[in-house]
Amino acid sequence: MLRIRGLTRPGLAPADLDLADAEAVALLGASGAGKTLLLRAIADLDPNAGEVSLDAARRESMSGPAWRRRVTYLAAEPGWWAARAGEHFPDPAAGRTLLPSLGLPETTMERRVAELSTGERHRLALARVLVQSPGVMLLDEPTSGLDQDTVKAVEAVLRARVADGLGLLFSTHDEDLARRLGQRTLRMRGGRLSGNES
Amino acid sequence: MTEAFIALDYLDLVLAALLIVLNGGLSLWLGLGLERQLGVAALRMCIQLGLMGLVLKALFAIVSPWLTAAAALVMVLFAGYEIRSRQETQLRGWWSYGLGAGAILFAGALVAVFALAGLVQPDPWYHPRYVIPLLGMILGNAMTGIAVGLNNLTDRMRRERPAIETMLALGETRGSAFRPAMRAAVRAGLIPIVNSMSAAGIVFLPGMMTGQILSGIDPVEAIKYQVLIMFLLAGGTGLGVVAAVQIAALLLSDNRHRLRLDRLVID
Repeated sequence: MLRIRGLTRPGLAPADLDLADAEAVALLGASGAGKTLLLRAIADLDPNAGEVSLDAARRESMSGPAWRRRVTYLAAEPGWWAARAGEHFPDPAAGRTLLPSLGLPETTMERRVAELSTGERHRLALARVLVQSPGVMLLDEPTSGLDQDTVKAVEAVLRARVADGLGLLFSTHDEDLARRLGQRTLRMRGGRLSGNES
Repeated sequence: MTEAFIALDYLDLVLAALLIVLNGGLSLWLGLGLERQLGVAALRMCIQLGLMGLVLKALFAIVSPWLTAAAALVMVLFAGYEIRSRQETQLRGWWSYGLGAGAILFAGALVAVFALAGLVQPDPWYHPRYVIPLLGMILGNAMTGIAVGLNNLTDRMRRERPAIETMLALGETRGSAFRPAMRAAVRAGLIPIVNSMSAAGIVFLPGMMTGQILSGIDPVEAIKYQVLIMFLLAGGTGLGVVAAVQIAALLLSDNRHRLRLDRLVID
Protein backbone atom coordinates (compact mmCIF):
# COMPACT_ATOMS: atom_id res chain seq x y z
CA MET A 1 0.00 0.00 0.00
CA LEU A 2 1.25 3.45 -0.98
CA ARG A 3 0.67 6.02 1.75
CA ILE A 4 1.18 9.74 1.15
CA ARG A 5 0.85 12.49 3.74
CA GLY A 6 1.47 16.17 3.17
CA LEU A 7 3.37 15.69 -0.07
CA THR A 8 4.25 19.10 -1.43
CA ARG A 9 6.57 20.93 -3.81
CA PRO A 10 6.39 24.30 -5.52
CA GLY A 11 3.10 24.38 -7.43
CA LEU A 12 1.60 21.54 -5.41
CA ALA A 13 -0.46 22.04 -2.24
CA PRO A 14 0.15 19.41 0.49
CA ALA A 15 -1.53 16.21 -0.72
CA ASP A 16 -2.73 13.13 1.18
CA LEU A 17 -3.42 9.92 -0.67
CA ASP A 18 -3.70 6.19 0.00
CA LEU A 19 -3.37 3.68 -2.81
CA ALA A 20 -4.03 0.09 -1.88
CA ASP A 21 -2.55 -2.97 -3.56
CA ALA A 22 -4.74 -4.08 -6.48
CA GLU A 23 -6.31 -0.64 -6.69
CA ALA A 24 -6.52 1.70 -9.68
CA VAL A 25 -7.10 5.38 -9.04
CA ALA A 26 -7.72 7.94 -11.76
CA LEU A 27 -6.44 11.49 -11.50
CA LEU A 28 -8.53 13.98 -13.43
CA GLY A 29 -7.88 17.65 -14.00
CA ALA A 30 -7.33 20.27 -16.64
CA SER A 31 -3.94 20.81 -18.24
CA GLY A 32 -1.70 22.63 -15.77
CA ALA A 33 -3.75 21.52 -12.76
CA GLY A 34 -0.71 19.78 -11.24
CA LYS A 35 -1.31 16.12 -12.12
CA THR A 36 2.19 15.64 -13.51
CA LEU A 37 3.75 17.50 -10.57
CA LEU A 38 2.00 15.14 -8.15
CA LEU A 39 3.02 11.97 -10.01
CA ARG A 40 6.63 13.14 -10.32
CA ALA A 41 6.75 14.11 -6.65
CA ILE A 42 5.52 10.65 -5.62
CA ALA A 43 8.24 9.11 -7.81
CA ASP A 44 10.73 11.47 -6.15
CA LEU A 45 11.88 12.87 -9.48
CA ASP A 46 11.73 16.47 -8.21
CA PRO A 47 12.65 17.91 -4.82
CA ASN A 48 9.62 17.61 -2.54
CA ALA A 49 8.62 17.36 1.11
CA GLY A 50 6.19 15.13 2.94
CA GLU A 51 5.82 11.53 4.04
CA VAL A 52 5.65 8.81 1.45
CA SER A 53 5.85 5.10 2.19
CA LEU A 54 5.23 1.81 0.45
CA ASP A 55 4.14 -1.18 2.53
CA ALA A 56 5.29 0.64 5.68
CA ALA A 57 8.78 1.23 4.24
CA ARG A 58 9.51 4.95 4.24
CA ARG A 59 10.78 6.38 0.98
CA GLU A 60 13.80 7.92 2.72
CA SER A 61 14.85 4.50 3.97
CA MET A 62 15.86 3.47 0.47
CA SER A 63 17.84 5.10 -2.36
CA GLY A 64 16.08 7.08 -5.07
CA PRO A 65 16.67 4.38 -7.73
CA ALA A 66 15.46 1.61 -5.37
CA TRP A 67 12.28 3.61 -4.68
CA ARG A 68 11.63 4.25 -8.36
CA ARG A 69 12.06 0.57 -9.24
CA ARG A 70 9.16 -0.11 -6.85
CA VAL A 71 7.12 3.03 -7.61
CA THR A 72 7.66 3.71 -11.29
CA TYR A 73 6.55 6.80 -13.18
CA LEU A 74 5.89 6.87 -16.91
CA ALA A 75 5.81 10.33 -18.50
CA ALA A 76 3.22 11.37 -21.05
CA GLU A 77 6.09 11.82 -23.48
CA PRO A 78 8.70 9.23 -22.52
CA GLY A 79 12.30 9.54 -23.66
CA TRP A 80 14.51 7.21 -25.68
CA TRP A 81 18.25 6.83 -25.48
CA ALA A 82 19.11 4.22 -28.10
CA ALA A 83 18.36 3.75 -31.79
CA ARG A 84 16.41 0.47 -31.67
CA ALA A 85 13.42 -0.39 -29.52
CA GLY A 86 14.95 -3.57 -28.06
CA GLU A 87 17.98 -1.67 -26.77
CA HIS A 88 15.75 0.00 -24.18
CA PHE A 89 14.97 -3.26 -22.44
CA PRO A 90 17.39 -4.89 -19.99
CA ASP A 91 15.86 -8.21 -21.07
CA PRO A 92 14.48 -7.81 -24.63
CA ALA A 93 13.05 -11.36 -24.59
CA ALA A 94 10.79 -10.46 -21.65
CA GLY A 95 9.64 -7.33 -23.44
CA ARG A 96 9.00 -9.23 -26.68
CA THR A 97 6.48 -11.58 -25.05
CA LEU A 98 4.56 -8.62 -23.66
CA LEU A 99 4.18 -6.68 -26.90
CA PRO A 100 1.31 -8.65 -28.54
CA SER A 101 -0.93 -8.01 -25.53
CA LEU A 102 -0.43 -4.29 -26.17
CA GLY A 103 -1.26 -4.66 -29.85
CA LEU A 104 2.35 -4.52 -31.03
CA PRO A 105 4.07 -7.22 -33.10
CA GLU A 106 7.14 -8.84 -31.52
CA THR A 107 9.24 -7.52 -34.40
CA THR A 108 8.76 -4.02 -32.97
CA MET A 109 11.82 -4.77 -30.84
CA GLU A 110 14.03 -4.76 -33.93
CA ARG A 111 12.60 -1.52 -35.32
CA ARG A 112 14.16 1.89 -34.99
CA VAL A 113 12.41 4.08 -32.40
CA ALA A 114 12.38 7.02 -34.81
CA GLU A 115 10.25 4.98 -37.26
CA LEU A 116 7.54 4.17 -34.70
CA SER A 117 4.33 6.17 -34.47
CA THR A 118 3.48 8.12 -31.32
CA GLY A 119 1.02 5.44 -30.26
CA GLU A 120 3.52 2.64 -30.86
CA ARG A 121 6.18 4.46 -28.85
CA HIS A 122 3.70 5.01 -26.05
CA ARG A 123 2.85 1.31 -25.79
CA LEU A 124 6.51 0.35 -26.06
CA ALA A 125 7.30 2.67 -23.15
CA LEU A 126 4.48 1.07 -21.17
CA ALA A 127 5.93 -2.38 -21.90
CA ARG A 128 9.30 -1.14 -20.65
CA VAL A 129 7.73 -0.34 -17.29
CA LEU A 130 5.57 -3.48 -17.15
CA VAL A 131 8.56 -5.84 -17.57
CA GLN A 132 10.02 -4.40 -14.37
CA SER A 133 6.87 -5.39 -12.45
CA PRO A 134 6.86 -2.48 -10.01
CA GLY A 135 4.55 -2.50 -7.01
CA VAL A 136 3.03 0.84 -8.01
CA MET A 137 2.77 2.43 -11.43
CA LEU A 138 2.29 6.18 -11.89
CA LEU A 139 1.11 6.71 -15.44
CA ASP A 140 0.80 10.17 -16.97
CA GLU A 141 -1.83 10.11 -19.73
CA PRO A 142 -1.32 6.40 -20.51
CA THR A 143 -3.72 6.30 -23.46
CA SER A 144 -3.07 9.65 -25.12
CA GLY A 145 -2.48 9.29 -28.84
CA LEU A 146 -4.00 5.79 -28.99
CA ASP A 147 -6.95 4.70 -31.11
CA GLN A 148 -9.98 3.05 -29.49
CA ASP A 149 -8.83 -0.54 -30.14
CA THR A 150 -5.42 0.03 -28.63
CA VAL A 151 -6.90 1.89 -25.68
CA LYS A 152 -8.91 -1.27 -24.96
CA ALA A 153 -5.79 -3.45 -25.25
CA VAL A 154 -3.84 -1.18 -22.88
CA GLU A 155 -6.77 -1.08 -20.47
CA ALA A 156 -7.00 -4.88 -20.47
CA VAL A 157 -3.30 -5.25 -19.70
CA LEU A 158 -3.44 -2.71 -16.89
CA ARG A 159 -6.63 -4.22 -15.46
CA ALA A 160 -4.97 -7.66 -15.36
CA ARG A 161 -1.91 -6.22 -13.60
CA VAL A 162 -4.11 -4.45 -11.06
CA ALA A 163 -5.97 -7.72 -10.44
CA ASP A 164 -2.54 -9.29 -9.74
CA GLY A 165 -1.86 -6.70 -7.02
CA LEU A 166 -0.47 -3.65 -8.84
CA GLY A 167 -1.31 -0.25 -7.38
CA LEU A 168 -2.10 2.08 -10.29
CA LEU A 169 -2.40 5.86 -10.20
CA PHE A 170 -2.98 7.38 -13.62
CA SER A 171 -3.74 10.85 -14.88
CA THR A 172 -6.15 11.40 -17.73
CA HIS A 173 -8.46 13.92 -19.35
CA ASP A 174 -10.76 11.11 -20.40
CA GLU A 175 -13.63 10.84 -17.88
CA ASP A 176 -14.85 7.59 -19.48
CA LEU A 177 -11.43 5.98 -19.11
CA ALA A 178 -11.25 7.21 -15.52
CA ARG A 179 -14.58 5.50 -14.75
CA ARG A 180 -13.78 2.31 -16.65
CA LEU A 181 -10.28 1.70 -15.31
CA GLY A 182 -10.27 3.59 -12.03
CA GLN A 183 -11.94 2.25 -8.93
CA ARG A 184 -11.76 5.76 -7.52
CA THR A 185 -11.36 9.15 -9.11
CA LEU A 186 -9.40 12.09 -7.71
CA ARG A 187 -9.42 15.59 -9.08
CA MET A 188 -6.71 18.22 -9.23
CA ARG A 189 -7.32 21.92 -9.58
CA GLY A 190 -4.72 24.66 -9.16
CA GLY A 191 -2.17 22.25 -7.69
CA ARG A 192 -4.63 21.01 -5.07
CA LEU A 193 -5.77 17.41 -4.83
CA SER A 194 -9.41 17.10 -3.97
CA GLY A 195 -12.35 14.75 -3.96
CA ASN A 196 -12.37 11.05 -3.37
CA GLU A 197 -15.06 9.71 -5.62
CA SER A 198 -15.79 6.01 -5.65
CA MET B 1 73.60 23.26 -31.71
CA THR B 2 72.45 26.83 -31.12
CA GLU B 3 72.61 29.37 -33.93
CA ALA B 4 72.39 33.14 -33.76
CA PHE B 5 69.05 34.41 -32.49
CA ILE B 6 67.47 37.16 -34.59
CA ALA B 7 65.98 39.72 -32.20
CA LEU B 8 62.79 41.50 -33.26
CA ASP B 9 62.36 45.22 -32.87
CA TYR B 10 59.05 46.95 -32.15
CA LEU B 11 58.65 48.08 -35.73
CA ASP B 12 58.46 44.39 -36.74
CA LEU B 13 55.50 43.97 -34.35
CA VAL B 14 53.80 47.08 -35.68
CA LEU B 15 54.17 45.78 -39.24
CA ALA B 16 52.81 42.36 -38.19
CA ALA B 17 49.83 44.13 -36.60
CA LEU B 18 48.92 45.33 -40.10
CA LEU B 19 47.55 41.83 -40.66
CA ILE B 20 45.03 42.45 -37.86
CA VAL B 21 44.15 45.77 -39.49
CA LEU B 22 43.68 43.84 -42.74
CA ASN B 23 41.34 41.39 -40.96
CA GLY B 24 39.41 44.34 -39.51
CA GLY B 25 39.07 45.78 -43.01
CA LEU B 26 37.78 42.43 -44.31
CA SER B 27 35.28 42.32 -41.45
CA LEU B 28 34.01 45.78 -42.36
CA TRP B 29 33.86 44.93 -46.06
CA LEU B 30 31.99 41.67 -45.46
CA GLY B 31 29.77 43.16 -42.73
CA LEU B 32 30.91 40.56 -40.16
CA GLY B 33 30.79 43.03 -37.28
CA LEU B 34 33.99 41.50 -35.85
CA GLU B 35 36.31 44.47 -36.28
CA ARG B 36 35.79 45.81 -32.77
CA GLN B 37 36.20 42.38 -31.15
CA LEU B 38 39.30 41.75 -33.22
CA GLY B 39 40.83 45.05 -32.19
CA VAL B 40 40.00 44.57 -28.51
CA ALA B 41 41.35 40.99 -28.53
CA ALA B 42 44.60 42.06 -30.22
CA LEU B 43 45.04 44.98 -27.82
CA ARG B 44 44.20 42.78 -24.85
CA MET B 45 46.77 40.21 -25.98
CA CYS B 46 49.48 42.88 -26.31
CA ILE B 47 48.74 44.28 -22.85
CA GLN B 48 48.48 40.85 -21.20
CA LEU B 49 51.67 39.55 -22.79
CA GLY B 50 53.47 42.84 -22.08
CA LEU B 51 52.52 42.61 -18.41
CA MET B 52 53.46 38.95 -18.37
CA GLY B 53 56.86 39.87 -19.80
CA LEU B 54 57.44 42.31 -16.94
CA VAL B 55 56.25 39.76 -14.38
CA LEU B 56 58.46 37.03 -15.85
CA LYS B 57 61.48 39.32 -15.83
CA ALA B 58 60.93 40.09 -12.16
CA LEU B 59 60.22 36.45 -11.27
CA PHE B 60 63.32 35.20 -13.11
CA ALA B 61 65.44 37.68 -11.22
CA ILE B 62 64.12 36.63 -7.80
CA VAL B 63 63.41 32.84 -8.22
CA SER B 64 61.16 32.62 -5.17
CA PRO B 65 58.89 29.57 -4.74
CA TRP B 66 56.20 31.73 -3.13
CA LEU B 67 56.18 34.37 -5.85
CA THR B 68 56.15 31.66 -8.51
CA ALA B 69 53.24 29.94 -6.73
CA ALA B 70 51.40 33.26 -6.51
CA ALA B 71 51.86 33.89 -10.25
CA ALA B 72 50.68 30.33 -10.99
CA LEU B 73 47.62 30.84 -8.79
CA VAL B 74 46.71 34.05 -10.59
CA MET B 75 46.95 32.18 -13.90
CA VAL B 76 44.67 29.43 -12.58
CA LEU B 77 42.13 31.95 -11.27
CA PHE B 78 42.00 33.71 -14.63
CA ALA B 79 41.63 30.36 -16.38
CA GLY B 80 38.63 29.63 -14.13
CA TYR B 81 37.14 32.99 -15.04
CA GLU B 82 37.64 32.29 -18.75
CA ILE B 83 35.98 28.87 -18.46
CA ARG B 84 32.96 30.45 -16.79
CA SER B 85 32.66 33.19 -19.37
CA ARG B 86 32.67 30.58 -22.16
CA GLN B 87 29.67 28.71 -20.68
CA GLU B 88 26.43 29.31 -22.57
CA THR B 89 24.50 27.90 -19.60
CA GLN B 90 26.11 28.49 -16.23
CA LEU B 91 25.58 26.82 -12.89
CA ARG B 92 23.92 28.93 -10.22
CA GLY B 93 26.03 30.60 -7.55
CA TRP B 94 29.67 30.08 -6.72
CA TRP B 95 29.97 26.81 -8.63
CA SER B 96 29.70 28.64 -11.95
CA TYR B 97 33.25 29.77 -11.21
CA GLY B 98 34.44 27.11 -8.76
CA LEU B 99 33.81 24.16 -11.07
CA GLY B 100 36.11 25.27 -13.87
CA ALA B 101 38.70 26.78 -11.53
CA GLY B 102 38.76 23.65 -9.35
CA ALA B 103 39.10 21.28 -12.28
CA ILE B 104 41.85 23.26 -13.95
CA LEU B 105 43.72 23.72 -10.65
CA PHE B 106 43.62 19.95 -10.09
CA ALA B 107 44.77 19.07 -13.61
CA GLY B 108 47.28 21.89 -14.00
CA ALA B 109 48.96 21.37 -10.63
CA LEU B 110 49.19 17.59 -11.03
CA VAL B 111 50.66 17.65 -14.53
CA ALA B 112 52.95 20.64 -13.93
CA VAL B 113 54.46 19.12 -10.76
CA PHE B 114 54.89 15.79 -12.56
CA ALA B 115 56.63 17.50 -15.48
CA LEU B 116 58.86 19.69 -13.33
CA ALA B 117 59.82 17.28 -10.59
CA GLY B 118 59.85 14.11 -12.66
CA LEU B 119 60.73 15.01 -16.24
CA VAL B 120 62.38 18.37 -16.94
CA GLN B 121 63.92 18.61 -13.44
CA PRO B 122 65.21 22.20 -13.49
CA ASP B 123 67.29 23.39 -10.58
CA PRO B 124 65.49 24.43 -8.46
CA TRP B 125 62.42 22.51 -9.64
CA TYR B 126 60.17 25.54 -9.09
CA HIS B 127 62.29 27.81 -11.29
CA PRO B 128 59.81 30.27 -12.87
CA ARG B 129 61.56 30.06 -16.26
CA TYR B 130 60.11 26.53 -16.48
CA VAL B 131 57.06 26.67 -14.21
CA ILE B 132 55.30 29.62 -15.83
CA PRO B 133 55.63 28.65 -19.52
CA LEU B 134 54.84 24.98 -18.86
CA LEU B 135 51.87 25.78 -16.66
CA GLY B 136 50.68 28.40 -19.13
CA MET B 137 50.58 25.91 -21.98
CA ILE B 138 48.90 23.24 -19.85
CA LEU B 139 46.29 25.69 -18.58
CA GLY B 140 45.61 27.12 -22.03
CA ASN B 141 44.74 23.74 -23.51
CA ALA B 142 42.95 22.39 -20.44
CA MET B 143 40.88 25.58 -20.31
CA THR B 144 39.63 25.08 -23.86
CA GLY B 145 38.92 21.40 -23.25
CA ILE B 146 37.06 22.00 -19.99
CA ALA B 147 35.00 24.83 -21.46
CA VAL B 148 34.00 22.70 -24.47
CA GLY B 149 33.28 19.66 -22.29
CA LEU B 150 31.11 21.57 -19.83
CA ASN B 151 29.19 23.35 -22.58
CA ASN B 152 28.56 20.03 -24.26
CA LEU B 153 27.40 18.43 -21.01
CA THR B 154 24.91 21.12 -20.02
CA ASP B 155 23.60 21.31 -23.56
CA ARG B 156 23.07 17.53 -23.70
CA MET B 157 21.50 17.41 -20.23
CA ARG B 158 18.93 19.92 -21.39
CA ARG B 159 18.29 18.42 -24.83
CA GLU B 160 18.25 14.82 -23.58
CA ARG B 161 16.25 15.50 -20.45
CA PRO B 162 13.33 13.24 -21.43
CA ALA B 163 15.66 10.27 -22.03
CA ILE B 164 17.66 10.89 -18.84
CA GLU B 165 14.54 11.29 -16.70
CA THR B 166 12.96 8.20 -18.23
CA MET B 167 16.03 6.18 -17.21
CA LEU B 168 15.91 7.67 -13.72
CA ALA B 169 12.17 6.95 -13.49
CA LEU B 170 12.88 3.31 -14.36
CA GLY B 171 15.26 3.09 -11.40
CA GLU B 172 18.62 3.73 -13.04
CA THR B 173 21.25 5.52 -10.99
CA ARG B 174 22.40 8.98 -12.01
CA GLY B 175 25.74 7.49 -13.08
CA SER B 176 24.01 5.17 -15.48
CA ALA B 177 21.47 7.71 -16.74
CA PHE B 178 24.06 10.44 -17.27
CA ARG B 179 26.71 8.17 -18.81
CA PRO B 180 25.91 8.77 -22.51
CA ALA B 181 25.90 12.55 -22.03
CA MET B 182 29.07 12.46 -19.91
CA ARG B 183 30.92 10.31 -22.44
CA ALA B 184 29.97 12.63 -25.28
CA ALA B 185 31.02 15.68 -23.25
CA VAL B 186 34.44 14.22 -22.40
CA ARG B 187 34.95 13.25 -26.04
CA ALA B 188 34.04 16.76 -27.19
CA GLY B 189 36.49 18.24 -24.70
CA LEU B 190 39.33 15.96 -25.81
CA ILE B 191 38.84 16.13 -29.57
CA PRO B 192 40.78 19.42 -30.05
CA ILE B 193 43.94 18.10 -28.36
CA VAL B 194 43.66 14.72 -30.10
CA ASN B 195 43.31 16.50 -33.46
CA SER B 196 46.20 18.73 -32.54
CA MET B 197 48.45 15.72 -31.82
CA SER B 198 47.34 14.00 -35.02
CA ALA B 199 48.10 17.01 -37.20
CA ALA B 200 51.31 18.16 -35.48
CA GLY B 201 54.32 17.94 -37.77
CA ILE B 202 52.26 17.40 -40.93
CA VAL B 203 49.60 20.08 -41.07
CA PHE B 204 51.27 22.56 -38.74
CA LEU B 205 54.39 23.09 -36.67
CA PRO B 206 53.45 23.70 -33.03
CA GLY B 207 54.11 27.20 -31.74
CA MET B 208 56.54 26.32 -29.00
CA MET B 209 58.74 24.25 -31.28
CA THR B 210 58.62 26.92 -33.96
CA GLY B 211 59.65 29.51 -31.39
CA GLN B 212 62.59 27.41 -30.25
CA ILE B 213 63.74 26.76 -33.81
CA LEU B 214 63.47 30.48 -34.62
CA SER B 215 65.56 31.24 -31.54
CA GLY B 216 68.32 28.98 -32.88
CA ILE B 217 67.77 25.70 -30.98
CA ASP B 218 68.62 22.44 -32.77
CA PRO B 219 65.34 21.18 -34.37
CA VAL B 220 65.73 17.72 -32.84
CA GLU B 221 65.98 19.21 -29.35
CA ALA B 222 63.03 21.49 -30.09
CA ILE B 223 60.97 18.51 -31.27
CA LYS B 224 61.83 16.51 -28.14
CA TYR B 225 60.51 19.37 -26.05
CA GLN B 226 57.43 19.67 -28.23
CA VAL B 227 56.61 15.96 -27.92
CA LEU B 228 56.97 16.24 -24.14
CA ILE B 229 54.72 19.30 -24.14
CA MET B 230 52.07 17.62 -26.29
CA PHE B 231 51.93 14.69 -23.86
CA LEU B 232 51.61 17.10 -20.95
CA LEU B 233 48.88 19.05 -22.72
CA ALA B 234 46.95 15.89 -23.54
CA GLY B 235 47.35 14.60 -19.98
CA GLY B 236 46.33 17.90 -18.41
CA THR B 237 43.38 18.37 -20.73
CA GLY B 238 42.18 14.80 -20.18
CA LEU B 239 42.39 15.08 -16.40
CA GLY B 240 40.76 18.51 -16.38
CA VAL B 241 37.88 17.57 -18.68
CA VAL B 242 37.13 14.31 -16.86
CA ALA B 243 37.24 16.05 -13.46
CA ALA B 244 35.04 18.94 -14.63
CA VAL B 245 32.45 16.69 -16.29
CA GLN B 246 32.31 14.34 -13.29
CA ILE B 247 31.85 17.19 -10.82
CA ALA B 248 29.31 18.91 -13.09
CA ALA B 249 27.30 15.67 -13.29
CA LEU B 250 27.25 15.50 -9.49
CA LEU B 251 26.18 19.13 -9.26
CA LEU B 252 23.39 18.58 -11.79
CA SER B 253 21.94 15.80 -9.67
CA ASP B 254 21.37 15.17 -5.98
CA ASN B 255 21.73 12.31 -3.55
CA ARG B 256 18.23 11.05 -4.49
CA HIS B 257 19.54 10.60 -8.05
CA ARG B 258 17.33 13.32 -9.51
CA LEU B 259 18.23 15.49 -12.50
CA ARG B 260 18.59 19.04 -11.15
CA LEU B 261 18.48 21.38 -14.13
CA ASP B 262 17.10 23.98 -11.72
CA ARG B 263 20.74 24.44 -10.70
CA LEU B 264 21.46 25.97 -14.10
CA VAL B 265 20.76 29.58 -14.97
CA ILE B 266 18.41 29.14 -17.93
CA ASP B 267 17.12 32.25 -19.69
